[in-house]
Amino acid sequence: MPLSTSSNFAKPDDAFRAIVEAHRGLNDEQSADLDAALVLILANHIGDIDVLREAIALARHRMIDASQQQQQ
Amino acid sequence: MTQAKTQFGYRRHPDQDRPGTNAAEHPVVVVGAGPVGLSFAIDLAQRGHKIVLLDDADRIGDGSRAICFSKRSLEYWDRLGVGERMVDKGVVWSVGKIFHGASQLYQFNLLPEPGHKRPAFINLQQFYAEAYLVDRVEELPDISLRWRNKVTALEQRNDRVVLIIDTPDGPYGLHAAWVIACDGARSSLRQMVGAEFAGQMFEDQFLIADVKMTAAFPTERWFWFDPPFHAGRSALLHRQPDDIWRIDLQLNPDADPVAEKKPENVRPRIARMLGHDKFEFEWISLYKFQCRRMDSFLHGRVIFAGDAAHQVSPFGARGANSGLEDAENLAWKLDRILRKTSPERLLESYHIERSAAADENIRESTRSTDFMAPATRQEARLRKAVLALAKETEFGKRMVNGGRLSVPSVYDTPLSTADVDLWRGGPRPGASMPDAPMAEHGASMFLTEAFIKRGTQFTLLEFGSGAATDAPSGVSAIRIGGESGLIDSEGLAAARYDAEPGTAYLLRPDGYVAARFRHPTRGRLETALARASGLN
Repeated sequence: MPLSTSSNFAKPDDAFRAIVEAHRGLNDEQSADLDAALVLILANHIGDIDVLREAIALARHRMIDASQQQQQ
Repeated sequence: MTQAKTQFGYRRHPDQDRPGTNAAEHPVVVVGAGPVGLSFAIDLAQRGHKIVLLDDADRIGDGSRAICFSKRSLEYWDRLGVGERMVDKGVVWSVGKIFHGASQLYQFNLLPEPGHKRPAFINLQQFYAEAYLVDRVEELPDISLRWRNKVTALEQRNDRVVLIIDTPDGPYGLHAAWVIACDGARSSLRQMVGAEFAGQMFEDQFLIADVKMTAAFPTERWFWFDPPFHAGRSALLHRQPDDIWRIDLQLNPDADPVAEKKPENVRPRIARMLGHDKFEFEWISLYKFQCRRMDSFLHGRVIFAGDAAHQVSPFGARGANSGLEDAENLAWKLDRILRKTSPERLLESYHIERSAAADENIRESTRSTDFMAPATRQEARLRKAVLALAKETEFGKRMVNGGRLSVPSVYDTPLSTADVDLWRGGPRPGASMPDAPMAEHGASMFLTEAFIKRGTQFTLLEFGSGAATDAPSGVSAIRIGGESGLIDSEGLAAARYDAEPGTAYLLRPDGYVAARFRHPTRGRLETALARASGLN
């Protein structure tokens, strides 16, 4: 099954909000720790190495695009 | 410090009296009498060949080297007639525990199922393994073991290798059809053939201490991340025979090697680890390690095996065990080439199969090392998350990497015949044969023993349906079930081989599956045998 990039949440704002609120009151270091754990938990839930690799590729691709735009 | 356990005398050999223009000719010269060279020489001698085995020292090396020998290695040593001695002396263990800080994260059992002749692992000091192998060599008149014989030059010709060998009596020459280089990580033969040996060097230093203590301690492998006695680093504790314990401590990359090695500095740390100071040091050394392999294990008529061909980090017991797998892979192939029943190109499969295994071992041990010594802050953060998750989740436990212990590789190899039938389990072509308990004439035995009894040759393993298939000539047969076959006393052979009446496996002389059929015919077996022999 390929990585799904269509919208899967009935209420996407709730999902975004839940993640944002999880970081409330944390400093950068704690936030990074939380993200690391969250990534591992969600990766295991997906349980498909090909989907995980696609997700990593997409995330890295966005990041590289963003840094190139900044340079311009 | 431990003294050398076994000292051997140099003895002059008549080959040394021959003039350089008339040097002795031998089919096989093995260089290096470590576990790999000794095992290879025994294997090939048992297959009927004459071997010259050279070693530049005159004693078995002391100190702390390999200690963990796998089930696969023990099964190989059973074929060489030394398995029982190794297991009798060795410490059998199967439970490992992983700690984080002061608390246990989880434990594992390496051999959860019964019905195997050999345990998952034994711990045994390498010098015992070598001493038992030397004893076995001395029972075999076809092996000429020559201590203090150091190869100093090598010249490859079309049909032979010319070796110059230095001895206490001066140099002499030998001609060999094949040279097997088992001369270790610092292989001088590798330099003589001019081969590259590039790879990854790890910056972290590790301290190894072997200590003797008589206090009661369980026979288990204990691994700590960030232990209270060694903050921020990792530690490993492992039992060996004679009340010796192997301790492996990860040091900081910038640790001062001279200071770290001093017993007065090591002692307090280990006392905190063990909870007492009733121990004596047998050995202390520091090491860094590299993961690397040769591009090709074949250099003309010089063939590389063991650490000479590939090096891994010690976490995972993949050094000596993979070297022994090299030996068992190469021995039967060279046997057939010397008998001219297979062409020399069969050796290409040695490189294909064993270099892929080396890559796998390097990958696994590199991952373990990276997990133990995270290179960046983010890597350390991810590891911290895994260790925290391991306390409460199964998936977290399985991500903790304190060393993935050696298991035999599964070969993707041109010698295998692809499955055409439907299989729900069992070893696929390229995998090694699983053991199972059997009975013969009322006596219990194991399938691996039946394989040895049939001569460790190409063997047809058939599950009885009444009419036995004719094995091709030169192929032994093990029949399970039917009127005259072995009895699958617990049904485990049928289960482990996904067998139905008529199922047949063609096993290679190293106990790997070459092909398997639900309904074998003579023609299909002949074709599979030819492929596995390198004939097509």
